[in-house]
Amino acid sequence: MDIITSRYGPAALLSGLGRLTIMLGRTVGALRHLFTSLHLITAQMYFMGVKSIWLVMVTSVFTGGVSAWQAGYQFKSYVPMRYLGGAVGKAVLIELAPVLTALVMAGRVGAGIAAELGSMKVTEQIDAMESMAVDPIRYLVMPRFVAGIIMLTALTIVADFIAVLGAMGVALGFMGMEYETFWNGFRQFFLMRDFVSGLVKASCFGAIIAYMGCYFGFAAEGGAEGVGRCTTHAVVSAAVLILVADYVMATLLFQI
Amino acid sequence: MITVEKLQKRFGRLTVLDGLDLEIATGQSVVIIGQSGCGKSVLLKHFAALLRPDSGTVTVDGRNIFALSRDDLMSYRRQIGVLFQFGALFDSMTVAENVGFALKESLHLKPAKSRDIVEEKLALVGLPGIGDKMPAEISGGMKKRVALARAIAAEPRILLYDEPTTGLDPITAMVINELIVDVNKKLGVTSIAVTHDMASAYKIADRIVMLHQGNIVFDGSPEDTRTTSDPIVRQFINGLSTGPIAVH
Ligand SMILES: Nc1ncnc2c1ncn2[C@@H]1O[C@H](COP(=O)(O)OP(=O)(O)OP(=O)(O)O)[C@@H](O)[C@H]1O
Ligand SMILES: [Mg+2]
Repeated sequence: MDIITSRYGPAALLSGLGRLTIMLGRTVGALRHLFTSLHLITAQMYFMGVKSIWLVMVTSVFTGGVSAWQAGYQFKSYVPMRYLGGAVGKAVLIELAPVLTALVMAGRVGAGIAAELGSMKVTEQIDAMESMAVDPIRYLVMPRFVAGIIMLTALTIVADFIAVLGAMGVALGFMGMEYETFWNGFRQFFLMRDFVSGLVKASCFGAIIAYMGCYFGFAAEGGAEGVGRCTTHAVVSAAVLILVADYVMATLLFQI
Repeated sequence: MITVEKLQKRFGRLTVLDGLDLEIATGQSVVIIGQSGCGKSVLLKHFAALLRPDSGTVTVDGRNIFALSRDDLMSYRRQIGVLFQFGALFDSMTVAENVGFALKESLHLKPAKSRDIVEEKLALVGLPGIGDKMPAEISGGMKKRVALARAIAAEPRILLYDEPTTGLDPITAMVINELIVDVNKKLGVTSIAVTHDMASAYKIADRIVMLHQGNIVFDGSPEDTRTTSDPIVRQFINGLSTGPIAVH
């Protein structure tokens, strides 16, 4: 009996999934207020962007750098170096930039949302909002959800750019490649489709991060400790879901 | 008219409200007293449909508020004001944005109009000109008064006060009591207040009810409350550690 009624038993999981779905439905429903909530959305976008831009840039420059280095090591004496730009470019645009940006943002923005909404929940601010006939889903969740989608896409474009620059820096600076060689390789294999697919994934990751933050924030209970717990849950589930969604989207976007 | 019928609320194994019945006439000012942890805040939240009972109903003007559609619930909530026990001010907004929140986001008043109302309400609670401060910058008692200003800003028909005077000095508490009496006197306002503070209860109540073990165990005028021989009420108002109420 206890396993069924406990917080982590199957029944809790099912009712959790039910709540998750209902809240997602209401969030999507709240999109009809999109144009009257633009000020809330832009505020969240600004907040997410400012919080994360430097972090994303630092992550990306090293991601690009290490992928150029590792590709160089793998190619050595098997594959001509003129393919390096192409290989690194694809890896960055399709996988590395979207996924690593999303994982970093899950830790930054997802945790931030969960902590903020969680502390609003445990101090009854969300009850107060409801008591004033303002729907917290419309006022708090929907703007974060939309801003998450937009900002993850935007930051992934930045990450793509910086990571390729980082790769080029390593290729030129430490591997003795010519600028022309790297760049021609990159261009020869560049597909608009890959770039766009990466952004489609990023937007989906943005939705996951923001939504997990909101969902677990709203589920917070019982003071500061509860807020900490919900923040951890938000980050962990966002990270897992990002990787699962990445696989699912790979099978949909890139048919073998 | 607000009618509570057989209201039952449990949290896990703990039964907080146990088939509670209560009837409140329009325009009445009811004070709920009771020991800490007996469920006063839980009861109060049911009047705003912030908590849902396991069974039972709260009927306002003939309609069960737990059976309303989302839109009807929203319009019901536009008629109520809630002062939360711990203020529940939005800590990311200024004092003025807090007080004007319902005016802007729910009633969609023009900014100039709502600014005037915010100033007026802040002056009413004795805090003129602090609109630009953040909640973190003001004292606990000031937060309480800002929360009160926020609760009355939209001129609701039903007011729910959860311990309006705890944490205030006796003088400010009396000013707040008078303000509450004033607001309540306005035509048709029904008020339900929770308090431990008997001075405040005598001042603002037309009627005092006592909540004990999930039910109303006493219901009478302030005068009845002073003179009652009911041992539970006597123990509570005289603050005795021995008697029928067990202190855990
Ligand atoms: N969300 C909740 N989950 C679980 N238990 C709760 C919840 N809210 C209240 N309780 C429990 O219900 C009981 C009544 O709580 P309530 O806050 O109504 O007390 P109160 O009468 O307002 O006390 P006080 O005067 O100290 O504010 C307490 O035992 C509390 O632990
Ligand atoms: Mg209470």
